[in-house]
Amino acid sequence: MIARYQPLGAMLAVWALCFLVALCPPAQAQQPSSVNPTAQSVKEQDLLKELHKVQGRGSIPDTKSYVIQQPAGRDWRQFHEVTLHWIGGIAILGMLVLLVVFYLFRGMVRIESGRDGRAIVRFNAFERFVHWMTAVCFITLAITGLNITFGKELLLPYIGPEAFTEWSQWAKYAHNYASFPFTLGVVLIFLMWIVWNFPTPADVRWLREGGGILGHEHPPARRFNAGQKMIYWVVVLVGGTMAVSGYILMFPFYETDISQMQTAQMVHAVAGVIFVAIMLAHIYIGTIGMEGAFEAMGNGRVDVNWAREHHSLWLEKQIAKGRVQEPPASEGSPAPAE
Amino acid sequence: MARMKFLCDADRCIECNACVTACKNEHEVPWGINRRRVVTINDGKPGERSVSMACMHCTDAPCAAVCPVSCFYTTADGVVLHSKDLCIGCGYCFYACPFGAPQYPRVGNFGSRGKMDKCTFCAGGPEADLSKSEYEKYGSNRLAEGKLPLCAEMCSTKSLLAGDGEIIAQIFKERVIKRGYSSGAWGWQTAYRETVAT
Repeated sequence: MIARYQPLGAMLAVWALCFLVALCPPAQAQQPSSVNPTAQSVKEQDLLKELHKVQGRGSIPDTKSYVIQQPAGRDWRQFHEVTLHWIGGIAILGMLVLLVVFYLFRGMVRIESGRDGRAIVRFNAFERFVHWMTAVCFITLAITGLNITFGKELLLPYIGPEAFTEWSQWAKYAHNYASFPFTLGVVLIFLMWIVWNFPTPADVRWLREGGGILGHEHPPARRFNAGQKMIYWVVVLVGGTMAVSGYILMFPFYETDISQMQTAQMVHAVAGVIFVAIMLAHIYIGTIGMEGAFEAMGNGRVDVNWAREHHSLWLEKQIAKGRVQEPPASEGSPAPAE
Repeated sequence: MARMKFLCDADRCIECNACVTACKNEHEVPWGINRRRVVTINDGKPGERSVSMACMHCTDAPCAAVCPVSCFYTTADGVVLHSKDLCIGCGYCFYACPFGAPQYPRVGNFGSRGKMDKCTFCAGGPEADLSKSEYEKYGSNRLAEGKLPLCAEMCSTKSLLAGDGEIIAQIFKERVIKRGYSSGAWGWQTAYRETVAT
């Protein structure tokens, strides 16, 4: 009978031990009488002041959700809704006004000695293909890109929300897909024309005389004049910037956080509107601004007199290479050399 | 007229994620979208605080301002909602939102974004109240039934408060006075341009 009470004895011993332990006052466990948990807690305003954002640790895989406050979003909104509208408006409308006034004042730059009648090859088929592929993509990208910023003011009130969303949805896809051939075009333009686009001494004189556009001078120029070289470098550098910032926007948060995305968008937008403004001038001079210019890219051939007036050094080289036909003998004019 | 707001009392939040689960379930939020999430600051260190965050329904909402297709609207209660029919998934509202509320389903390759989804304050969307299409697109419309958002209703410690801004500010103030401390009304300065004076 005693054997059944043995576990009870063991239990009693354990309880006695616990009682003794509990009697010892555990000094650390004693709380101070006034608790102030806030003294050690994080304060929202401190975090915002230090890091300009509040970020912690969450439990879901979406790591960008761990940022719970980024007030920089307000600044970005101010940039996009106000600053960018001003920059874009001034750049693009300003350029349009400038071109209209210039055309009214100067008119189309004519071939002063009239057309020779003979044509000389200026751009081959590959060059023209690359140019037009890039140009068509640029127009698409420009219109669809400007729609994001200005569409809701300029178009939405006239076609209504459903039609505008339909158009904008299509525009978003067009913008994203056209970016690929555009980027390819910029790279090809960079490679295929780089040898003719380094600054040369002729450029200094050409620039000093303003290209002769205001008067009737014809400063000598090589294959590309200084104005064209500037356009080339704008296309390569600004176009490259658009591509880099654009792809960051198209692959959001792959390698970037929110403030880098906001920066990418600001770069893309500002460079974009400036790019559009500059290209308007390029389109002007290549179409209505100058007689005989469009055909260079249109069918690749230009009139010899046009070449003599605008790219005399280039023409000399072409003649030396035997690329210019003999003039009709009955005209009685001297040999075409120089 | 009530002006609806959220207030998360970070000193009470225990990171139980009941609010997250309630919202996900009530609105059948698709996989990958998290309208509400709980984030812990200084995790594991003294002074650790957890905050439950979703759309704060800001005054002068930046998301609405930057939307290229103007698909947002603010109701009379101050709830910021948007139309998924008009949304083109450009992603700008996420860049503007100080709280990271807009979410986009992944519908295509690379960074392709689908229609934006976010916390609706359990107030549905532009479709007819309590209709099937409203439920499918935006989730349930508790406000039309006279109820408050489910996240706050389910909060285990009543740290997340949702409702008329003045009422919840008052509740919070009384709490702070009674217990003697507060780490503040997180996000109120950014969202509503005001703080709860304690």
